[in-house]
Amino acid sequence: MFDRWLHAFEVVFAPRILAFLGQGVVNTLYIAAVSILLSLVFGTILGLMRNSKQRVIQIIATLYIEIVRNIPLTLFIISMRFMTKLPPLESGIAAMTVFTSAIVAEIVRGGLNSIGKGQWEAATSQGFTHTQTLWFVIIPQALRRIRSPLISQFVTTVKDTSFCALVGTYELSFTSKIVMAHRSIVTAEDILTLYLLVAFIYYIINRVFSGFARRERGDAMKGVVR
Amino acid sequence: MTGPFSQQNWQTWFSDWTFFADGFLRTIYISLLALMFTFLIGIIAGILLCGNNRIILSLLKGYMSFFQNTPLVIQIFIYYNVLPKIGVLLSVEAIGVLGLALYTGAYAADIVHSAIKAVPTGQMEAASSQGFSYLQTMFFVILPQAIKIGLPPMTNQAVNLIKNSSVLAVIAGGELMYRADVWSGSNLIYGPTFVMTGVLYLVICLPISLLARWLEKRSVRNV
Repeated sequence: MFDRWLHAFEVVFAPRILAFLGQGVVNTLYIAAVSILLSLVFGTILGLMRNSKQRVIQIIATLYIEIVRNIPLTLFIISMRFMTKLPPLESGIAAMTVFTSAIVAEIVRGGLNSIGKGQWEAATSQGFTHTQTLWFVIIPQALRRIRSPLISQFVTTVKDTSFCALVGTYELSFTSKIVMAHRSIVTAEDILTLYLLVAFIYYIINRVFSGFARRERGDAMKGVVR
Repeated sequence: MTGPFSQQNWQTWFSDWTFFADGFLRTIYISLLALMFTFLIGIIAGILLCGNNRIILSLLKGYMSFFQNTPLVIQIFIYYNVLPKIGVLLSVEAIGVLGLALYTGAYAADIVHSAIKAVPTGQMEAASSQGFSYLQTMFFVILPQAIKIGLPPMTNQAVNLIKNSSVLAVIAGGELMYRADVWSGSNLIYGPTFVMTGVLYLVICLPISLLARWLEKRSVRNV
């Protein structure tokens, strides 16, 4: 019994396998990081668009957000991989950005709408224009409130990179699937050790993020005037 | 017209519509079953989280932390590859239901827990002063009120669960996404397949999302 676990450890923690998985970790982090940055930019724009006074802009943003949010990310990943000429990692990033931007947009909009009307009126009465009010009064307060849901979304994004395994992108999940097919991985103990190691890597990455989220949530509650 | 959206491609897609209808139904079936177990896990774990047994609390925290912070894909890989080796033979559908329920249950537990905590403590005290036992208070006084609070976020989780059921494509789950992947690959017809698959998911998810939005608005108004 104990022997088999020991053997599983030796098999899974072999330098070659670790190096291969390491490459997967690098790709996972790359996809996640670039997708998060791009979604922040596009999500904020979309969120502002949905709050826009101009009917057409508002409708376009609303349609985009509602349609994308209600379709699985996997569909975007498959479509980007098979219908564009983008290389694997970049097609993953494109698909994840399309999807995550819609989610970020809703978080941004929720934050903006949570700021009371009084703030708008006060700023306007002080002679601020619409854009000035948005930039100097509303957004700084909204940012405080959306930090923690945004970070939770980034945890989800890191996990979601694993969906790219479906189209054979060499991120952590797919590399682990390849390792599993290797002839040295045989027993239930071997497989479990391998996947628990992979799960543990994701867990560590995400705990770092969600640890932040929890701390931010504590901070966010302090400074907000209710 | 040629290209990925040519009329020929659409015709070929529609000639095979039963293949997708079957996947569509299977997605609904798996999701409904998983949803039931998710509620069950959520309610039981949510109530236990309100207790003060240290061992149970740390076990539950461990469960939630692990399942919320690791990808569903990896969890499914584990069930799919390890269970048969230790003599537990499950169908892919069963693995799907198990995987989705345990994953979403970790979030449902959080929702139920905070919904129960949101019910004012006076309610608990009032009920026990009237001679209700702990369980009676829970079921007849606290939970009915907590359901109102927890329903909107729970409905959002239901949408997530349905979308996440598409992950079963990695283990040949036979549901809609798997069929879209396989069919488009073997017929080399991508455009109509992906558009129609998206529409089919929208048909399930959009109404539930709108329901969640409506519930949210209503609960804000009532507070």
